[in-house]
Amino acid sequence: MVPITTLHYLVVAAALFVLGVIGVLTRRNVVIVLMSVELILNAVNLNLVAFSRLWGLHGQVFAIFVITDAAAEAAVGLGILIAFFRNKETVNVDEVDLLKW
Amino acid sequence: MLSGLAILSGVLVITRKNPVHSALALILTLLSFAGLYLMLYAPFVAGVQIILYVGGIMVLFLFVIMLVNLERSQKEKSFNQQWIAGVLAAICLGALFISIYTRGSSLVLRSEVQFSELTNTQDVGQMLYSNYLLPFEIASLLLLVAIVGAVVMAKKRI
Repeated sequence: MVPITTLHYLVVAAALFVLGVIGVLTRRNVVIVLMSVELILNAVNLNLVAFSRLWGLHGQVFAIFVITDAAAEAAVGLGILIAFFRNKETVNVDEVDLLKW
Repeated sequence: MLSGLAILSGVLVITRKNPVHSALALILTLLSFAGLYLMLYAPFVAGVQIILYVGGIMVLFLFVIMLVNLERSQKEKSFNQQWIAGVLAAICLGALFISIYTRGSSLVLRSEVQFSELTNTQDVGQMLYSNYLLPFEIASLLLLVAIVGAVVMAKKRI
């Protein structure tokens, strides 16, 4: 039985980060793109907490700040999504072209 | 095992066609992350994770999915044309992380700080109100702005 080191947590966080990046780049539904952003933020959080095991509590405090930011981001993103859906009746990223001329 | 669960449900999040299934898989991911935080002696962060993410953000997501859900969107293609860019970025990031895994072990300290599990919440609170007082206040301001912004954008007419 190998002891679980910080490196293992880093690898898990890296895998989740890559999954989130793939989701952001390839999905068409805005809701799922926002969920992928949450995945990325969670991977960062896991890194912070894993390193706080080595460096003291600062990482955990930063993880809490990141969670706060994620909450604010989700609220604003979903608000934008609702406002957009009311205008164009779609949730696809490709059809968001209001700022194009 | 928790990591495996997290990665598996993470894969489910980005591959399901139905956004509700994605949201449920994301809840599973977040819960397994909370378990990982508990293993890392961070019970306060684990509690905040469960309450705020699973209780707050995911309810918001499910609510918006129900508000916005279209029958049409399930028949369409769920991936866009940029999958080449996605695969390319994934390969680059994956190579970076593999290189970190193979030769990054010298960068990581071996010694671990032992802090007590019992007073973790107390310690985090102390740090929030002493060392990180200014970021704490800025975070409160950010939340206020986010609340106002979300209300304004979800209003009937913009």
